[in-house]
Amino acid sequence: MTFLFYIFAALALIGGIGVVVNKNPVSSAFAMILSFLGLAALFIQLDAYLVGILQILVYAGAIMVLFLFIIMLLDIEDEEGRRFGFFSTAGAIVVAGGLLLVLSGVLKRFEDGDKVLKPLKAMADAPSDVRQVGELLFTTYWFPVQIIGILLLVSTIGVVVLSKRELR
Amino acid sequence: METGLTLNHFLAISGALFAIGFAGVLIRRNIIVIFMCLELMLSAANLTLVAFSRFNTTEAGLPDYNGQVLLFFIITVAAAEVAVGLAIIVALFRARQTTDVTEIASMKN
Repeated sequence: MTFLFYIFAALALIGGIGVVVNKNPVSSAFAMILSFLGLAALFIQLDAYLVGILQILVYAGAIMVLFLFIIMLLDIEDEEGRRFGFFSTAGAIVVAGGLLLVLSGVLKRFEDGDKVLKPLKAMADAPSDVRQVGELLFTTYWFPVQIIGILLLVSTIGVVVLSKRELR
Repeated sequence: METGLTLNHFLAISGALFAIGFAGVLIRRNIIVIFMCLELMLSAANLTLVAFSRFNTTEAGLPDYNGQVLLFFIITVAAAEVAVGLAIIVALFRARQTTDVTEIASMKN
């Protein structure tokens, strides 16, 4: 269990680093898929089966295919040998490192952070998480679901308008 | 089966992934890769939600499924965002023939 966690966490992090350092956008996209697969495995390790599958279906499946499609449609070449800007790289490392430093300080003081991952015995008898999440979606959260539906409709119309009109 | 994994393990991975995505947004110049790094940051936040949902068990001894519902919404919004964002990038590319953010500086000055 524990070594699986480290393997998949490393997969997610290496994929993430791959997105940033790869010069070729197509390689970046594939590294991103790798990162999402590691992340989905972590979700499943946390007993969130529905969300893990959704992560693979929606992110690794739909979203990354859309990215690859656009990258290949626009026929973007590598950033031909150009180094990343010195200042932006240094600044990014400083800012991201500072963020990590602050975060590690917060995690160190976080009392509930030492909770150990124990198997949940109640989950064996309870309905599956698909059913639980579905019931919440259609009872407690019925209104946000409607809003999300409208959001999807609006974004669909927006995409059609954006890609149809000649921008000038 | 007892594991040595704690909530902090998952939160640390999530934070590291978020920091990587953030650094990517600052470093990269290709707007599509910047957009991918934004998606990476969103997924890192997702991991935090799932971890809290799993460790914050209800009285029945089940994970708190409210967190997973929120994650469902985040995934939906991310999908909508990607569709619109990529449409904007395609429109931008048609107008400028570039995806390099340093060359798209008409709003500067």
